[in-house]
Amino acid sequence: MHISVNVDGVTYADEVEPRLLLVHYLRERLGKTGTVVGCDTGNCGACTVHLDGHSVKSCQMFAVQANGHEVTTIEGLARDGRLHPVQEAFRTNHALQCGFCTPGMIMQAIDLLADESDPDDETVRKGLEGNLCRCTGYQNIVRAVQDAAQRMKPGAGPKMEQHSDDHVVSKQPVGGE
Amino acid sequence: MIPAEFKYLCPSSVDEAVRMLAEEGEDAKIIAGGQSLVPVLRMRLAAPTALIDIGGLTELTGVRDDGDSLLIGAMTTHYEVQRDHLIHDHVLLLKLVADTVADPQVRHRGTFGGSLCHADPAGDLLAPALALDAVMVIAGPGGRREVPASEFFVGYFETALAADEILIDVRVPKYTGWGAHYEKLNRVAQAWSIVAVAAAVQVRDGSIVAARVASRTSVPGRCVRPRWRPRWSGSLRLLR
Repeated sequence: MHISVNVDGVTYADEVEPRLLLVHYLRERLGKTGTVVGCDTGNCGACTVHLDGHSVKSCQMFAVQANGHEVTTIEGLARDGRLHPVQEAFRTNHALQCGFCTPGMIMQAIDLLADESDPDDETVRKGLEGNLCRCTGYQNIVRAVQDAAQRMKPGAGPKMEQHSDDHVVSKQPVGGE
Repeated sequence: MIPAEFKYLCPSSVDEAVRMLAEEGEDAKIIAGGQSLVPVLRMRLAAPTALIDIGGLTELTGVRDDGDSLLIGAMTTHYEVQRDHLIHDHVLLLKLVADTVADPQVRHRGTFGGSLCHADPAGDLLAPALALDAVMVIAGPGGRREVPASEFFVGYFETALAADEILIDVRVPKYTGWGAHYEKLNRVAQAWSIVAVAAAVQVRDGSIVAARVASRTSVPGRCVRPRWRPRWSGSLRLLR
């Protein structure tokens, strides 16, 4: 089936099999390996991306379901060589050890901060309940999200990620980022 | 795992979706948010020949005021239910339940109608649908029909929905001003809950004057039978 999906600001037109999962499309077709497959069963949240500004687990939907929509991955957050404030907060607060859960954690943290601009400890933990970390014990992750909230006041949200690029380019971006 | 191959269809209206279901036969399946169905397909517990994606049918999303009741579009997501002001004002129980469904990512895609149709005995919407006397509005080749929740859930992952029918709306009577609570027991954080109780009460002058309560367990075959529903209406002094 033919699909057209905007991923990290670039619109891709592709022919895909309906059973191709979004996460496999991102990783194997577009080379966006920043989005990882953790548990493969929808529990761990490592594959979290944004679909039209809201977090989803990309291993729990098909690429064809993203047809006509906008996807933001961890690779689309940095701007002009500068990390997103949530990425920066994770770095400075040492909110990762092995780093495998980090892309999903960051994508979900941004989603949480769009709804809760100044979350308390409990709100952060509830907001990240769909993301598992097996290294950190979550302490520094919670700290990083609260730090990011301070860095981003009055708040981040779907608007911040909106790309205006509606131009359809060839299958692979030429001379892209 | 990779799901088995299937034909993927995108209807542009409910009527077209119903036609597609009839044409593709009983091995076709409707996909809504896919948060229960995609895992099932990936584990190859099911291998439908065709998936009919109703994700693009905007006519099925949103909550409408319909006099004495609310009409909740089947494709309304749990996230939308959590934030809808009509639900907050008139059926608070559904908001409290939606708050506890899975996790934020799943609530963004998972739908109110999809969850009811999946009829997982460990699902969150069964008990409140029974407690609140929700009515399922169903579209099929013969037109529309309405089925009360007490007749809709017939067993373990089984509903009264025929193979060629689609749930389009859920009618929920208004319980304006009623208090509500939802409690479920999970042995560990990410496990299915074993048992859940949903309750809505109307309180006047410190007394409960009416109450709607329903419980469900995850035990196959005993999940949501009407005889299991402790329903009671009367007056009870609140313990202070």
